[in-house]
Amino acid sequence: MDFMVFQYPMITVQACLDGILLGILFALIAYGMALQWGVMNIINIAQGDLVILGGYIAYFMYLYGIHPAWGVIVAPVIMYFLGVLIYKLVINKVVDRDLFISILATFGISILFMQLMNFAFGADVVLANSDYGTTMLFNNNVVLPNSKLFSAFISILFAICLVIYMKKSKLGRAIRATAQNARAAKILGVDTEKVYAATFGINAALCGVAGALISITFTIHPYMGLPYTIRSFMIVIVAGLGNLPGVAMSGMGLGVFEEFADYILGTEFRIGSVFLLLVLILVYRRFKLSRKREYLK
Amino acid sequence: MNKNNLILYSGILIFGLVAPFLFPAFKVQLSILCVLIVLATTWNIQGGEMGYNSFGNILFYGLGMYLCASVQVGMFFPLAEWTESGGEKTFVHTPAQFFQGMAVGLVVAAIVPTIIAGLIGYSILGLRGHYFAICTLGLGVAAGEISGGIEIIGAGQGFTTPPFPDVGSLEARGEFFYFLSFFTLILTFIAVRSIYSTRFKLILNAIRDNEDKAEAMGIETMKYKIIGWMISAFFCGLAGGIMGGLVGYIDSTDVAFDGREMGVFMVLMAILGGKGTLWGPIIGATIFHIFKEGFWTFFLGWQYVALGVLIVVIVIYFPEGIMGWLREKYPERFGEVVDEKDRKAQVELK
Repeated sequence: MDFMVFQYPMITVQACLDGILLGILFALIAYGMALQWGVMNIINIAQGDLVILGGYIAYFMYLYGIHPAWGVIVAPVIMYFLGVLIYKLVINKVVDRDLFISILATFGISILFMQLMNFAFGADVVLANSDYGTTMLFNNNVVLPNSKLFSAFISILFAICLVIYMKKSKLGRAIRATAQNARAAKILGVDTEKVYAATFGINAALCGVAGALISITFTIHPYMGLPYTIRSFMIVIVAGLGNLPGVAMSGMGLGVFEEFADYILGTEFRIGSVFLLLVLILVYRRFKLSRKREYLK
Repeated sequence: MNKNNLILYSGILIFGLVAPFLFPAFKVQLSILCVLIVLATTWNIQGGEMGYNSFGNILFYGLGMYLCASVQVGMFFPLAEWTESGGEKTFVHTPAQFFQGMAVGLVVAAIVPTIIAGLIGYSILGLRGHYFAICTLGLGVAAGEISGGIEIIGAGQGFTTPPFPDVGSLEARGEFFYFLSFFTLILTFIAVRSIYSTRFKLILNAIRDNEDKAEAMGIETMKYKIIGWMISAFFCGLAGGIMGGLVGYIDSTDVAFDGREMGVFMVLMAILGGKGTLWGPIIGATIFHIFKEGFWTFFLGWQYVALGVLIVVIVIYFPEGIMGWLREKYPERFGEVVDEKDRKAQVELK
């Protein structure tokens, strides 16, 4: 336990800033999760592994001398087609089944990806260096890497583009219609199979963007996928499906929570505290709902 | 119990008792098989019969593992110095101390997880469906991450369980652990079989089929859910304690709270054999273990890739499992009366 964070206000400012910038990235991943959950009623445990894979695409470009920021363009394109491929191979067989089947099937995909990435890229912790330099704030007391600002800016840009696309385009309208009522959409001539494939592809592409940004600002490792899945799941259940401002806010809240947990409990308990927070949120939600049930009684 | 069953059970019992002498090279594998069957069977109590698909039974398994080893060491030597020396032979258990410690350790390893399951059961089992699945997944991973940060049980560097004492025979260690796990398996089987012949099982099935209706019928579903989970936890803790001694080394995320391996294995074995049947998890665990040991050597290094593919294939193509498939093929064997007309109509429908 280390309470230095409360004695020096600058550390608090630092933790909050870091947390918010990190949380914007989480919110982007959670947006993809909410999209596929809402449209296809699937919980994708492999979400985090798609993120890490996107990160490795950016890292690979960095290794071959291309600036990793271009990964933000390349990773979503590759990941979109990978997402559609995963949908065609596995997901379309579990869409209308029990939710547990989809959880278990995507858990299998997650293990598969984890190990394939381990073979392909090695088990080292890597990052793609962007050379963006840092900004000093408050008399050089707060360090703010420009890459974090860049990543937050790009994620907000992508989120806004996606929201506009969902509102205006034909495919976006079809996706929203399918989310509301898949059967009615089918009757009215929407090819739901195509919509599902596109939704999963868009989700994978979002993961790709987020992963590329994570590889620039933080570090990536083949086994780091599951925490990202859990974070996005947590953000979605706190915010609710289809509540975009809520997703953004709870994403930032989670980021700030994590930074403070890191300072107070120590880095070794960071992932553990995320998982414990998930359990606490679910239990809180359960008691809240059961109180609602008692009114009905 | 009819005559056929009697022959079957006595056959399995005799095979189990002579197996370590017939196949001395496979003693460790057979012991692991027994533990796997225990885990799959008890996962099935709340996963298959009650319909609460948990990824978190690994929590009780890992807890039992740590508790058994800690008690076994802590009864005779200072625990902190033991873990600090990292298994260096500074302290040596005499045979009497070892067995005494193991006995007490196993009792603690079975009881404490049961109590914990009872305590957290009220909060966790109120969750339904996928919320329960994800919550238990989180519990398992959180336990692994947190125990990896606690110094007294070895933190990141692991915990060496007491080595088997020198009792004169080289075969003694394997035989001891084999019979320990085989005895646990028999105990589990008897317990589960007798549970399945009571009203309790019907209540669990009612909860699986429609929890709200079961509650409306006057069943206190929460009470039975917690009891079901506690039974699972009891045997998971016991299995964990035995497995800790068998492996000889406990690591927080790779051995004890290994959600990526053991935590998925128990779900997979139960589904492969057939959820919600008595024999399904046993058959599933046996086939899975043979497959795993037979093919892991060919897939060396690729075993997780094979595991991932296996999960996807089983879940998509065999969600009913082997017993479910048999049941569909030979319904008469399962005591289901099938009307010929009905069957014909079904075939025509297909």
